[in-house]
Amino acid sequence: MATRQTRTLARTMMAPAVIVLFIWMAVPLAMTLWFSFQNYSLINPMMTGFAGWANYVYVIGDPSFTQALLNTLFLVGGVLLITVIGGTFLALLLDQPIWGQGILRILVISPFFVMPPVAALIWKNGFMHPGYGMLGHLWKAFGLQPVDWFNQYPLFSVIVIVAWQWLPFATLILLTALQSLSEEQREAAEMDGANALNRFRYIILPHMARAITIVILIQTIFLLGIFAEIRVTTGGGPGYASTNIAFLVFRTGILSNDIGAGSAGGVIAVIIANIVAIFLMRAVGRNLDA
Amino acid sequence: MGSISLSHVNKSFGDVQVIPDISLEINDGEFVVFVGPSGCGKSTLLRLIAGLEDTTSGHIRLDGQDVTDAPPARRGLAMVFQSYALYPHMSVRDNIAFPLKMAKTPQAEIDRKVDYAARTLNLASYLDRKPRALSGGQRQRVAIGRAIVREPKAFLFDEPLSNLDAALRVNMRLEITELHQQLKTTMIYVTHDQVEAMTMADRIVVLNAGNVEQFGSPLDLYRKPANRFVAGFIGSPRMNFIDGAEAGKHDAHSIGVRPEHIRLSTSEGAWQGVVNVSEQLGSDTFLHVQTDFGLLTVRTDGDQTFTHGDKVWLTPDPNRIYKFDAAGQAI
Ligand SMILES: Nc1ncnc2c1ncn2[C@@H]1O[C@H](COP(=O)(O)OP(=O)(O)OP(=O)(O)O)[C@@H](O)[C@H]1O
Ligand SMILES: [Mg+2]
Repeated sequence: MATRQTRTLARTMMAPAVIVLFIWMAVPLAMTLWFSFQNYSLINPMMTGFAGWANYVYVIGDPSFTQALLNTLFLVGGVLLITVIGGTFLALLLDQPIWGQGILRILVISPFFVMPPVAALIWKNGFMHPGYGMLGHLWKAFGLQPVDWFNQYPLFSVIVIVAWQWLPFATLILLTALQSLSEEQREAAEMDGANALNRFRYIILPHMARAITIVILIQTIFLLGIFAEIRVTTGGGPGYASTNIAFLVFRTGILSNDIGAGSAGGVIAVIIANIVAIFLMRAVGRNLDA
Repeated sequence: MGSISLSHVNKSFGDVQVIPDISLEINDGEFVVFVGPSGCGKSTLLRLIAGLEDTTSGHIRLDGQDVTDAPPARRGLAMVFQSYALYPHMSVRDNIAFPLKMAKTPQAEIDRKVDYAARTLNLASYLDRKPRALSGGQRQRVAIGRAIVREPKAFLFDEPLSNLDAALRVNMRLEITELHQQLKTTMIYVTHDQVEAMTMADRIVVLNAGNVEQFGSPLDLYRKPANRFVAGFIGSPRMNFIDGAEAGKHDAHSIGVRPEHIRLSTSEGAWQGVVNVSEQLGSDTFLHVQTDFGLLTVRTDGDQTFTHGDKVWLTPDPNRIYKFDAAGQAI
């Protein structure tokens, strides 16, 4: 138990950091809220003053908003699906005693160290470019017409790139969880007559449930705000085919110079993120307390 | 049926030979205890029988059938681990039912067997709890329950009681012995506690550095130890060993006398000594007496009170002096 004195001391010592963090968060949020109710367009600087709900009505009423919302959903869901399933699979493989395990693990983790715009560029030019990308060459080697990924499957391409970046994170967390499973439990299951599949289903998967929850929670929060990968590859297009909410805010606020509407989009994004967070904590957070 | 036979079993981990060459015949229905000092290979031997480790060479037979290369599930043995190894996310009921579920037993039969096991082991009121909400002794019983529902050919226990406190250990010891009398199934039990070994076993295997030093009934080991190692390992407090001239009088390289086979007197006897430490247990008193041939332990009744520096005389029971040759073998 902390004494009253150490608690007071702890509060005093923590106060500067907390205050700075609070200001850093509160001021931009307050300003965004303020702008979202203002007429504030750089193209039309004469029009100022209170706008009421006009900015919100404009953003939500636009068909691009619905599409961006759906795209965000697909992006987050698709990446989660690939990383959790792929990560579990990779973790199971990496847990086997194999030669060169150390190097292999570093290789698996390395995509995580590549900055998002760089990763996107590698994929854009190195793999997915129909003219000189590796995949294009592969297609041609089989006598097929190379795919123009970013035009034909824009959202899917972005999902692949983002999943590639987050797979190492999922693998790492899931591998750690896997390694913490007691050897005796596996052996007991083996003695009890469980084959590999049943051991996975009844022993390993329940053991990893908590780690999977953590992966889903952390990744969702980051994936809601995916931006650089879209900016570098598709630019949100064709049309709005690969625009998510974060990119829509950018398009409205910066590309169309409508600060008011952009701010309204930002506020909506914050609200959506919070709804998702609450929903997730309710749905999967139960695994965390135990 | 559950007779187990090992012939020339050898186990090495890389270059380290843990078990050089062991042959054992364990009869159906027998309660056999493996004892030995830490690191002597008890667990390894048990895991070889269970199939959790591969033998390097040699054969293991179950009811005459060669199972050396059979996977654990095929051998029809059940194991109780030292750490219990319960499945933490399953209720007690599901834990006990797990082996039956894996064997695709019909649900009605599963329920019947689980209820029977729960009643046998006094677990009926905990069936819906998770293992973490149980005490150590209850967890141990769940692990045993999970083992008995399968009706295995033999039970393998690896130090199942070492995580329990002393009182509970005595209880569980009795419960396991009772279980054995009730089920009459072969049991192999690993422990380094010689009280468990002496009280529970039909026969004891004394292991040392991967070798069988002696295989016999508890009283055999106590009365006729095959060598100095067994003599020193079985019996508490330890046997006293005397080398040199005093042993020479008995035509031996060394002699051994158990603390309970030495008579104590304040006036006369064979050996003279001075009390060093007196340990009083109430029922008995253990005296550590400094003599001309080293420190000897003597067991006397609890009414004797001696203190440091008291002069005493010791007389060994002439019929209970064990003689050993230079190689440590009993003569
Ligand atoms: N997987 C392994 N790899 C290498 N050496 C091992 C392995 N498992 C056990 N050993 C070695 O084998 C020897 C016997 O181990 P074992 O676990 O059978 O001892 P034990 O008699 O059960 O001891 P304890 O009473 O402490 O449990 C030890 O020296 C141990 O270091
Ligand atoms: Mg052991």
